[in-house]
Amino acid sequence: MTKGDSRAPPTTTLRLTINGKVTEVPRAPDRKLLEVLRIELGLTGAKYGCGEGECAACTVLLDEVPVLACQTPIGQAEGRKVTTVEGLAVHGRLNPAQRAFAELGAFQCGYCTPGMVVGATALLRSNPHPSEEQIREALNGHLCRCGGYTRILRAVRRAAEASGDAP
Amino acid sequence: MTGTIGGRVPLVDGPQKVTGRAQYAGDLQRPGMLHAKIVRSTEAHARILSIDFSAAREVPGVAALLSGERYPRTFGVLPITQDETLLAVGKVRYRGEGVAAVAATTVEAAERAARLVKVEYEPLPEYDDPRDSTGGVTVKIHDESPGSTNLQKEVRQEFGPVDEAFHSAAHTVEVSGTFQGVTHAALEPHAVIAEYGPDGRLTVWASTQVPHYLHRALARVFDLPAHRVRVIKPEVGGGFGGKGDPMPHELVAAALSLETRRPVKLVLSREEVFYLNHGRHPTRNKVRLAAGADGTLTGLEVEALIDGGASSSFGTVTTYYNGVLSVGPYRIPAFRYHGQRVYTNHPPSGAMRAHGSVNTRYSLEVAMDILAERLGMDPTELRLRNFLPPNTTTLNEFRITSNSVRECLLAARERSGWAKKFRSLPLGQGIGVGCGFFISGSNSPIHFTPKFPQSTVHLKVDVDGGVTVHSGAADIGQGSQTVLAQVVAEVLGVPIERIHVSEVDTDTSPVDLGSYSSRVTFMMGNAAERAARSLLEQLKKAASDLTGLPAPSFVPAGDALSAPGHPEATIDFLTAVHKAMEHSGALQSSGSYESPPLGGSFKGAKAGTSPAYSFSAYVAQVDVDLDTGRIGVGKVWAAFDCGTPLNPLLVEGQIEGSIHMGLGQLLGEELRYRKTRLMNPSLLDYKTVSATEMPEVECLLVGKADPEGPFGAKEAGEGPLPPILPAVANAVYDAIGIRFTDLPLTPDRVWRALRDAEKAGGLRKPRPPEAHAR
Repeated sequence: MTKGDSRAPPTTTLRLTINGKVTEVPRAPDRKLLEVLRIELGLTGAKYGCGEGECAACTVLLDEVPVLACQTPIGQAEGRKVTTVEGLAVHGRLNPAQRAFAELGAFQCGYCTPGMVVGATALLRSNPHPSEEQIREALNGHLCRCGGYTRILRAVRRAAEASGDAP
Repeated sequence: MTGTIGGRVPLVDGPQKVTGRAQYAGDLQRPGMLHAKIVRSTEAHARILSIDFSAAREVPGVAALLSGERYPRTFGVLPITQDETLLAVGKVRYRGEGVAAVAATTVEAAERAARLVKVEYEPLPEYDDPRDSTGGVTVKIHDESPGSTNLQKEVRQEFGPVDEAFHSAAHTVEVSGTFQGVTHAALEPHAVIAEYGPDGRLTVWASTQVPHYLHRALARVFDLPAHRVRVIKPEVGGGFGGKGDPMPHELVAAALSLETRRPVKLVLSREEVFYLNHGRHPTRNKVRLAAGADGTLTGLEVEALIDGGASSSFGTVTTYYNGVLSVGPYRIPAFRYHGQRVYTNHPPSGAMRAHGSVNTRYSLEVAMDILAERLGMDPTELRLRNFLPPNTTTLNEFRITSNSVRECLLAARERSGWAKKFRSLPLGQGIGVGCGFFISGSNSPIHFTPKFPQSTVHLKVDVDGGVTVHSGAADIGQGSQTVLAQVVAEVLGVPIERIHVSEVDTDTSPVDLGSYSSRVTFMMGNAAERAARSLLEQLKKAASDLTGLPAPSFVPAGDALSAPGHPEATIDFLTAVHKAMEHSGALQSSGSYESPPLGGSFKGAKAGTSPAYSFSAYVAQVDVDLDTGRIGVGKVWAAFDCGTPLNPLLVEGQIEGSIHMGLGQLLGEELRYRKTRLMNPSLLDYKTVSATEMPEVECLLVGKADPEGPFGAKEAGEGPLPPILPAVANAVYDAIGIRFTDLPLTPDRVWRALRDAEKAGGLRKPRPPEAHAR
C-alpha cells in the first residue's frame, strides 16, 4: 500500500499494514502500538518488559526501521508497514537471524528474543555485512537478563554469514 | 545410547521462542476476562485507618473492589513463616505493598478506578537501617519478633575449637563487607490469570518457578481442597529466584475471580516488579580467618546482619546459608557463625540466584587473598593447600562426594597464564582468583507433609510412538525441558524428536518442588532416568515376547531394541511399543527421586545439606581506568565442576548468565534507598551489565561424573555466580593495590579510592609474593 492509493479512512479507525496484511484498528491517539498489537490484534510476540523504552523487548519494524512499540503512538504507524516477529518466518521457514538464534542457543527464557531477532533482522537487511562494532551498536539497547549477550552477538554474526551465502 | 547426553543440544523450545509463538502468562487471554490493578501503599510503615472505594466504584466497567480483610489468611513460602497476606490487613509494612485491588472490564478502567481509591494512613516509626532493628524498637514490624527487636531469624552455630584457633593462629585476617540489595530483574514482569469456574475449581496460569508452592498457597488462603485448585505454568521469562515464592498479586487475581466468577488477569508493571523485589538481601558481614604459619586454615568466623525487608520469604534459609555455605570448598577445622535477619520497612528480600551465599563468599575470598599476601604466598597456592578433598565430611557434617575443585583451579590457572601475569601486569591491569561451591538441590524439602519424593516424572507413550513427559519441574529458561528430553531419549535410545515435554499443569504433572536451590537437573534428572528405565523394562519384555529371547538380552539403540549377537532379533521402537500396549492399551511409567538421609542432628543441621555439591574456580583479568575509575573485565576463565555436563551448550549459558548477574552486583547494580524510599525502581536507573560490558568467558568444564547424579551430573544454575565477584575484586587489587569491601564498585567509588591512594603517597601495584616472603 502506498500513500497514493489510500482513500481517506473513516475517522474512527486507522489503517496500517501488519506483516503484509492491511489492517484497520480503532483510532485512539494515545494508544501505543504495542497495546494494539498485543491486545487488539493478538500478536503477542512483541513483549512488554518495561513500558518506558529501556529494554527493547517490544521492538518491531516500522517500514524496516526498528522502533520501540511501547513508545510508538499508534497514529505514527498509520499507512505504514509494521513487521513483528510473527512476520519474519515465511511459510514456517525461519529467517537467518531466527535460525542462528535457535541453533546457537542464543536465548534462555526467550523473553528478549523477539525484540532481539527483529533488531538483528533490521540490521542485516540494511547492512548484510555488519562489523562487530555495528552489531554491538545495533543491539546495545536490548536487555537480556539471562546474560546471553556473547552468544547473541555470535548468532548475529552467524546469521550475517548465512545471509551472505544465500543466493 | 543415542549420544544426546553430553551433546550441545539446542533448547527444545527454540523454534517457539525465536518466532514469538512461545506463550507467557501475560500473552494469554480467557473469554470474558477482567483486568486487575493493585492499589499500592504510599507509606512504608503505617496503620490503615480507612479505605474509601466510593469514587472508584463509579468508574464504568468496575466489577469488583477488594481489601485485605476479605481474605486475611496468611501464606508464605516456608511453612514456619507464613507472614504475608494477599493485601495489607490493618497496617502496611513497606511502600509499594498492596492495600486494595480493582477488577474491571479493561486495563484502563482498572487503572483509573485504582487511582480513585482513597486510603487514609496513620504513620508509624519506620525502620530502614537493619542496625536499628536489633534492639530499641518501639513499634515492631511483625509482632512475632522477640522483645523490642524486629528480628526474624537468629542463628548461632559453633563447631570445633574456634577461640583456641584464633588464639594460637600465626595469622588472622578480618574482612568486613557491606552489600546493597540487588534484584532479579527478569525481563518478563510477573503475570497471572485466575479463573474460578462454575464447577467450583480455581485455575491459575502464573509466571512461577514453583507451581507446587503456589498451588498450596491458593488452597490455604481460599480454604479450597487442593484438588479443586489447578496451577498451570506457561513459558516463564526468567526467574532467578524472583518467581519462587507464592506472590501476593497471584492470590489477589484469584480472590478477584472468586468474587466476580470471571477470569481475572493481572500483569505487574516494571515499577511494581521492583517493589515486589524478593531479591538479594542488603547485608553487613564480617569474616575472620585463622591460619597456621604455612597457610593451613585453622578457624573461620562469620557474622551477618541481614536486611530482610518487610516479610520472611525464604529468610530463615537465607540466614543459615550466609553461614553454612562458607564451610567449603576449604577444609575448616573450627567454625563459628552468628547470623541475624531483621525486618525493615524495605520491600521484602528473598532468594536470588546463589541464594544466601554470595556476600559471605565475597568477604571470605577477599580474606583468602589478604591471607596469601600476609604469608607471601601465591593466592592460588594458598587455596590449593586448603581445598577439601573428594569423599569427605565437613565439620558441620555436609557429605562431600565428587569434588573437582582442585582440577578447576589448576585448569583456570593454566589457561589464564596466571604465573606470568599475577603481580606482573602493568599498573591498572590485574588478575584475580575466586572459588566456591554450591548445593545441587536442598536435601530437606520445604514441605514435609505429606511425605512425598522431591521429584517425580511420569512418562506416557502414545500409540504413535511419541513419548510425553510429565514433570512438575519448572523450565524458567534454564532448559530443564531440554534436559528432561535428553535423559529420556538417552535411556530409551530414541531420537530426541520422539520426546514431548508437557508444560507444568498440576492436574497432570506429578509434584516436583520446582526450580530453586539448583535442584532440577539432579533431582528431576534422576526421577526421569528412573521413569525411562522402568519404561525400557516394559519394552524389553515386549521385545522378548516377539523374539523369544530373554528380556535382559536387549539394549536400546538407534530407535530400536537389539540383542547383541542376534542381528535378526532387532525390534524397532514402535513395534515394541505396540506389542507392549497389546493388553494394557496404554504404556506408562513413573520414576521418582528422594535424596538420602544427610546431615547431623544439631539444630539447623539440615540447612545446606545436599546430595551433591558443584565446585568452581574462576580467574578474571581486569583493566581499571585510572582516570575514570571504571573497571573493565576483559576475560574470565571459568572452571566449573558440574560433574558430567549433560548439555555443555546449556551449562555454558548458565555460567555466562551467572557472570552477567554477578558482575552486575559487583560493578553497579543496587536498589538505592533514601531511608525507606526506593529511588530507582526502573530499568533506566537500575543498570544491569550490557552487551558491551560483558567479558569474554572461557568455560572449563573439568568435573568428573558424580556417583549419584543423573548420568553423573550436578547443578550448574547458581554455583557459577559467587566466584566471579571476588575474582574480579581480587584482580582489581592486583591492578591498583586497593581493596574494596563495600559494593558496588561503581566508577565514582573506585575513582575516589584512586584519588585517596594518590594523595596518601602514590598509586602502586602490590608487591609480588616472592618479594614479600623474603
